Amino acid sequence: MIELFGVFLLALAVITAIGVVQARNLFAGVMLMGIFSLLMAATFFLLDAADVALTEAAVGAGISTVLMLSALALSGAEEKARSRSRILALIVVTVTAATVIYATFEKPRLGDPNAPVQQHVAPWYFDMTQEAIEIPNVVTAVLSSFRGYDTLGEVIVVFTAGIGVLFLIGAAAPKGRASPSQGDLPVGLKHHQPIRVVGKLAIPFILLFAFYVQFHGEYSPGGGFQAGALFAAAIILYGMLEGEATALSIIPAPVLFAMSAGGALLFGGVGVVCMLLGGNFLQYDVLLAGSPVGAQQMGIIAIELGVGITVAGTLLSIFFAFATRDQS
Amino acid sequence: MSEILGLFNYWVFVLLMVIGFYAVIAKPNLIKKLLGLSIFQAAVFLLFISMGKVDGGTAPIIQNGNWDAVFSNPLPQVLILTAIVVGISTLALGLAIVVRIKEAYGTIEEIDAIASGEATQLQQDSGESKQ
Amino acid sequence: MSLASQLPALQVAVPMLTAPLVALLRDSHLSWAAAFAASAMSFVLAIAITGQVIGGETLVYHMGGWAPPFGISLYIDELSALLLLIITGAATLTLLAGRGSLEEQVGEARMPLFLAAWLLTLAGLAGIVVSGDAFNIFVFMEISSLATYILVSGGPQRRALTAVFKYLITGTVGATFYLIGVGMVYMMTGTLNIADMEVRLAEVSDRNVVYVAAGFITIGLALKAAIFPLHAWMPNAYTFAPHIVTAFIAACSTKVSLYVLLRLDFFVFQKNLVDHELQFAYLLMPLAVIGILYGSIAAIFEQNLKRILAFSSVAQIGYILLGASLISVAGFTAAVLHFFNHALAKTALFLAVACLGLQFAKMRLEDLRGVGRSMPWTLAAFAGAGLSLIGVPGTAGFVSKWALIGAAMEKGAPGAALVALILFSSLLAVVYVWRIVEVTWFGHGGEQAKAAGGGPITEAPLWILTMTWVAVLANFWFGFDSSLPMQLASSSAEEFLRHQP
Repeated sequence: MIELFGVFLLALAVITAIGVVQARNLFAGVMLMGIFSLLMAATFFLLDAADVALTEAAVGAGISTVLMLSALALSGAEEKARSRSRILALIVVTVTAATVIYATFEKPRLGDPNAPVQQHVAPWYFDMTQEAIEIPNVVTAVLSSFRGYDTLGEVIVVFTAGIGVLFLIGAAAPKGRASPSQGDLPVGLKHHQPIRVVGKLAIPFILLFAFYVQFHGEYSPGGGFQAGALFAAAIILYGMLEGEATALSIIPAPVLFAMSAGGALLFGGVGVVCMLLGGNFLQYDVLLAGSPVGAQQMGIIAIELGVGITVAGTLLSIFFAFATRDQS
Repeated sequence: MSEILGLFNYWVFVLLMVIGFYAVIAKPNLIKKLLGLSIFQAAVFLLFISMGKVDGGTAPIIQNGNWDAVFSNPLPQVLILTAIVVGISTLALGLAIVVRIKEAYGTIEEIDAIASGEATQLQQDSGESKQ
Repeated sequence: MSLASQLPALQVAVPMLTAPLVALLRDSHLSWAAAFAASAMSFVLAIAITGQVIGGETLVYHMGGWAPPFGISLYIDELSALLLLIITGAATLTLLAGRGSLEEQVGEARMPLFLAAWLLTLAGLAGIVVSGDAFNIFVFMEISSLATYILVSGGPQRRALTAVFKYLITGTVGATFYLIGVGMVYMMTGTLNIADMEVRLAEVSDRNVVYVAAGFITIGLALKAAIFPLHAWMPNAYTFAPHIVTAFIAACSTKVSLYVLLRLDFFVFQKNLVDHELQFAYLLMPLAVIGILYGSIAAIFEQNLKRILAFSSVAQIGYILLGASLISVAGFTAAVLHFFNHALAKTALFLAVACLGLQFAKMRLEDLRGVGRSMPWTLAAFAGAGLSLIGVPGTAGFVSKWALIGAAMEKGAPGAALVALILFSSLLAVVYVWRIVEVTWFGHGGEQAKAAGGGPITEAPLWILTMTWVAVLANFWFGFDSSLPMQLASSSAEEFLRHQP
């Protein structure tokens, strides 16, 4: 039964994806893209990937939709030109598809416990998590310790994107009331009382959930990324309700940028401290003398915090850079 | 039946990949290209997550200290967490470039044609200044 | 743990963790000083690492203390060390030379962010080269790509934006193709560690999936390495980037993708897949040959100095590929030598372009007529580096072309055809380099076209000129004494070919 539900979700996802590509109105395309991400998140949940589902929902359906909409506000929402070089594109994609389908017939079937993927390193991660780290969420253990170096790289990718957006479209500068072009136009959704009241009620709960996801990531789905994205979502919601200027007066742009750099430095700093204490880069064992398991947990908490701070700071810097860019 | 269902996820991966890739190549609108790129990347997420699934397994989070239950593979999930974050980073940078292109050119359609037209224009300009 | 054993991690961590500090420093002088210090430190680390690996040692470093294949390991052999020297050397020299040029083209206000992106490019490229883990390579590929997009988008003309958008789309498609390929190999082997893949792939090497995976990885990396015919993003990205950025990335960024391609193909696929070395040769040798001819001919007909050099890069990537596709120790040695020697020549040439860029807004040949009379040192440097690009005896370029000819000769009659091709394309290089020299030294009437104000054209400032000449003289030095690159190249060729079945 559950398999059929999965088939249904994926069929919907394909239809939605076609809708995204075909939509002439880009606004509709972006909204469909949000739905597509939610469908993918649900599929991931069915495939036992709770952490990925949470991230895809928060990042794919949430943050990226908001960023897309902010960009559309600056670049126009109507697609004018028709597709060109259709034939060539169709040939290229058909060849690609045929090659991959040809390959699929010899792939292990979905859910096969004897597939090579399940044999080699995967059981080791469960054994070692139990032995050396002692936290229930094995995804968190792999993410932050066994493959912590990848995660540092990914934090740096986020940080790089933040630098890039600021480099291209400037650090967010508050406008709103001060800006003459804004005039008497309503800022944010201030004049829509019901939305405002309900929305503001939701914000403390989102923030609370963000902190829960951050500090409970060792025990349940979640961790720095999801928490950072949720934290950013709460502030973005506030900015949409009250106007970006008000939101920026609470967390100014330089603070956001400092968060973005500081989280990456915290993560990297933990790695360097491990080196100074005689271990390898990011070898948390050495952080506490005499208690390697406790040291692993301490290291994981510290670097997850770094991840959360960078993700929240960077996503907010990016959002405000788009939202406060002058539209003229 | 299970033979077909066992590969269904991979075929959806192929379909989504093709849909996204088509949009990237064929659509002249820059935002549409980025949307296509996101679908293309989401297809890859599906590929990885599907290969980590184990029949009758649960999410790799140990409940009540029971380490012997059947769990799905955590490693593809970790990789895809990274890939999702890489995806949003690329998207944000791409959107910032689109905004700048819109400001510089006034349009985000057929930008290749405009840019190469500009090149011809430049050559003509310099040709005139020669005389 | 001694410092010496930590070098592989420091090679990546130093530039990567200095980048956030540089971005936080608001002052352009301070951030420049910090960026330069990190870059120079990376160069020193690369030299120290080369000292450790030369003679056949391989450095393996366990990130987080977790042994492969469970954790991520760094893996540095002589080829990695050579690439590290190129990357960190080019980054340091161009940054040192280019401060004035960058401030003019990018602007002082945005300089801290720009320099952070510079260090991240350096960290990303170094991270790819030292990594022994296929997925980790993807992560660092994305760091270096995103950072490179930022650097290119700093170009002063608005066409930099369209060029960088195309680069972003192509680069992301390439990286995603690579990720699909790695995913398929992982699916069949259950491992991400390259050395472990080599062992475990043997059991499943008859499956179609593995061939398709090899195809995805090859195409994805060919896109990023701008191998003909997938080079379309490259000429504009090089042309509209700030000149100093072009000098940096032309030296190393496509080569790093090529390095990953060679590493995975020789280590993982050729050993395990039946006849894969022939597939590799039959696919890539024609592309290399057409790429050499196409790039050289296109360069002859271009009107813009930077585009001429960019198309020349398409041809030079062809030479590297040609050497590798010979599947012989001599051929691989020539390819690796050309990694090094082409980086030397292109860095020097683009630094000379940067010198010109302080006087001219656009690099159209017709604007540059007769400029050699006002800027003799700059144009002499250009001509000197041009000799190395052509491969005139006495320059570094000659060493690798000679090695390539020698490797082709081993292959009998088809090899003779390749020798003819190499000689012919060197003639084409003479044509496009001579055209630039002729216009700049003997042309008339271009001086009035100076874009920035109407003042007389003067020689470039002493500092950048000195650095350009350092790069030019390096071309002659390594033409005179090529023992260091030769040793690294020949022993890495032996190591790579040892992985043949």
